[in-house]
Amino acid sequence: MKGILGRKVGMTQIFDESGKVIPVTVLEAGPCFVTQIRTKRNDGYQAVQLGFGEISPTRVTRAERGHLEKAKVPTLRHLRELRVDDVSSYQEGQRLDVSQFEVGDRVDVIGISKGRGFAGVVKRYGFRGGPKTHGQSDRTRAPGSIGAGTTPGHVIKGMRMPGRMGNQRVTVQNLKVVLVDPDRNLIAVRGAVPGVRGGDLIIHEAIKRRKGE
Amino acid sequence: MQTLIQSVEEEQIAARGDREVVELRPGDTVRVHNRIVEGRNERVQIFQGTIIRLSGSGVNRSVTVRRVAAHGVGVERTFMVYSPRVEKIEVMRHAQVRRAKLYFLRDRTGKRARLVEKRY
Repeated sequence: MKGILGRKVGMTQIFDESGKVIPVTVLEAGPCFVTQIRTKRNDGYQAVQLGFGEISPTRVTRAERGHLEKAKVPTLRHLRELRVDDVSSYQEGQRLDVSQFEVGDRVDVIGISKGRGFAGVVKRYGFRGGPKTHGQSDRTRAPGSIGAGTTPGHVIKGMRMPGRMGNQRVTVQNLKVVLVDPDRNLIAVRGAVPGVRGGDLIIHEAIKRRKGE
Repeated sequence: MQTLIQSVEEEQIAARGDREVVELRPGDTVRVHNRIVEGRNERVQIFQGTIIRLSGSGVNRSVTVRRVAAHGVGVERTFMVYSPRVEKIEVMRHAQVRRAKLYFLRDRTGKRARLVEKRY
């Protein structure tokens, strides 16, 4: 399992060999350091803990500083675990950068989606709302009926209603890598990625394979 | 952060290398050499007309060229300025214009659709 931590830079477009325009999201990823290795014996599962984003040692708690010093890595802002099947190829303090990916690879990108606040059902679930005409007033974005009457006598669980939308962990699967630049720690994927510009991301090798690949 | 995006875009432009970047302005009369792929064959088609709109920035820059074809039929085509399919853009003449989008030309025909030439 190849993986790296990064940040969303923004979107643009680039031309492919045939002259077609492809929409891309540019990500700044790594360099990451392996800060800890989780093993079956110690932790009951296998994973590597990755750190990203160098900051001043005074910005982290003493506990964190000690943890990072143990792995002999710079002081890092973000720590995330990445599940791997086999930890034997990793060692603490190891440096990982975007060169582990190449153009054409498929990756999954995980981020926190933009928060939309308290949203209605039209925005949140794509309901059609009510009619605008034929004598309707204040029904255009209403959810409609939310259930029957005396029987069952309550609204069924899971009924889609207005509420907080966004600001959630979202994974986008199978994005194609279209550009890798290890010198500037940049990677570009085809399509959109969750979250705001500058938002933190986890980028790893695609879990699922697309049909015919 | 914005500058990172710009640097990626500039690289895309630089990757073209072969073509010097000409300055385009609304009202310019241009010849666009457009590479057309027909099955196996590739040929260059030239589209000549007036720039009525420029939009986008960086690699996303595009230009809309208007020409009046046979029987007074207006034809407008939009080209991505940095597309590899656009071989080159030649500027034939500049015109004196006072706005960025020359949509008013669509409503004019014949002599009224002319623009005053600007010489440097």
